[in-house]
Amino acid sequence: MTIQFNDETFRDDYSFRNSQRAIDRFPFPFHEDSYMYSVNMEQHQGGPADSIYEKRFDVDEHYVAEMRDRAMVLADDPLRCQSLPHMILAGWDLLELIMVSKSEDYPDLFELHRNGNKWHWINKPMGIEDHFVFMDETTLPYGPMEYITRQTQGDFCVLDQREDNLWMDAGTVTTQADWSLDFDIGMNFFEWHAPVPLAHEKGIFKRALKFLLSIQQGAPARRLNWTMTVNPLLDTSPENYHKWGVQKNTLTLENLGSKQHLRVELQTFFRLPRSNALVFPIRCYLMSFQDIVSKPKWGRRLHRVVRDLPEELATYKGFIDNRSMMLEFLARYDDGLPTSFGVWPDEQGTPALQK
Amino acid sequence: MSTFHFPESIRSRPVYGRLEARPGKAHLMIADAQGAEAILGLALQVPELMAKTHVIFIPKGTDFGPKLQALSPAQYYEGPSYAAALSRIQRVLSDAAMGLQIYLTGTEGLMGQAQNAAMQAGYDYTAIQTEHRGSLARRMQCVHCKGITEDVILDPFECSHCGLNLFVRDHYSRRIAAFQGVCIDAEDPGNVPPSQEIYS
Repeated sequence: MTIQFNDETFRDDYSFRNSQRAIDRFPFPFHEDSYMYSVNMEQHQGGPADSIYEKRFDVDEHYVAEMRDRAMVLADDPLRCQSLPHMILAGWDLLELIMVSKSEDYPDLFELHRNGNKWHWINKPMGIEDHFVFMDETTLPYGPMEYITRQTQGDFCVLDQREDNLWMDAGTVTTQADWSLDFDIGMNFFEWHAPVPLAHEKGIFKRALKFLLSIQQGAPARRLNWTMTVNPLLDTSPENYHKWGVQKNTLTLENLGSKQHLRVELQTFFRLPRSNALVFPIRCYLMSFQDIVSKPKWGRRLHRVVRDLPEELATYKGFIDNRSMMLEFLARYDDGLPTSFGVWPDEQGTPALQK
Repeated sequence: MSTFHFPESIRSRPVYGRLEARPGKAHLMIADAQGAEAILGLALQVPELMAKTHVIFIPKGTDFGPKLQALSPAQYYEGPSYAAALSRIQRVLSDAAMGLQIYLTGTEGLMGQAQNAAMQAGYDYTAIQTEHRGSLARRMQCVHCKGITEDVILDPFECSHCGLNLFVRDHYSRRIAAFQGVCIDAEDPGNVPPSQEIYS
């Protein structure tokens, strides 16, 4: 299908909106009525037609606006995109992976023509057309990782693999759930996850690392993660926390449905062929509470998950102070009926709200 | 004794050990303030070590200098600050032969910066010995303006560059050689709790 790209903002007037199609394909992250950390990996080999899992790099109606927002973040703070010197080869690997995937998965939007190392890339939604020499940095306006991640939704962490560990040695990070690439660059898997509560004790990171170290070329994996954001703000960075933190104080019971967003990350993991690095795209999907509760099953379930979440997690995810107001809003959409297993909205089999 | 037992913390927070003499043709000891006591202790245990040791000491107002000099190290340098000593440290590291043993002791800021210099010279950080002595002050990076404030002993503290009120996290970057400071009153501007000494 042809995608209509939204003209919208993720800051200031927050004109971001989800169309009905975007609501229908939203990656609701809770497969049951409660939540606890888990490794929850599965193969990233497609998914149901038109779902966000179908393509290797999902392109949706927010693409052009998100890339505009990324350019603004990078202009304000170039440290959001960094690559340690040994990661250049991985940057080329990533550029190739994305260009090949997008041109194959969205031939109406992206074209890649290769003649030996002379490459010709066309990105129609962004109006970009470049001829360059693969592996020759001087022929692109940015380094390879920065060039391609300025044209791809989601944050990108490029992880070097050595000493049986993964090292956060490069990335483009402008839509992050409150962590700093500039601070964390160079850290290993356990170090950059150090501030996460409970999961270390549960052995989550040890098991996740073991899984990730063995990911092979052509066999990418994926999982979902989530947090909460007031206003559809992509750049919830620690760098700017002193500017956006105060927005958490603007919630009222009246505006909560439109201002409070569930923020879901589709995390995927691809082995890169030349560098043996692992690229870890973190794609952010935002949806307002009022759009979530338009699906009766999701409304019931979100109420139960938020209500029963351990206090450490609600604190870490930054919504402990607003939890009671969120529950007051969500309780209206929970009539106590059972919900079906799995993340899909199951609209055919789900009874309408009984109150 | 100028030692402190650090409580268990998150995985990015450095942990320190006790210096012990390791076999090697050349030894580099970098210390500030009470770190001198760790060197004096090591020299007492293994006196012959000092003849192969280059000592770089930043007294920070202490008077350990003459005692360290009295150990007759192969080379002795006393500097007024880490920043002043840095180019010398870099030169020593770049000239060092394979097998140089590195010992860092004193404040976290000193050890972190010297470890960083050694890493930049190609040393694996896991091969560098450290022992904390003296002040619990930390070297803090403001995550907002990126400015570094040295010797932070109060939590929260005011960023010496941008003036924001920052709380002291245990999250630590070896590359920056600093802990992370994050605005404490972002969600409720002006609501800053009274400062307390770290670990008090």
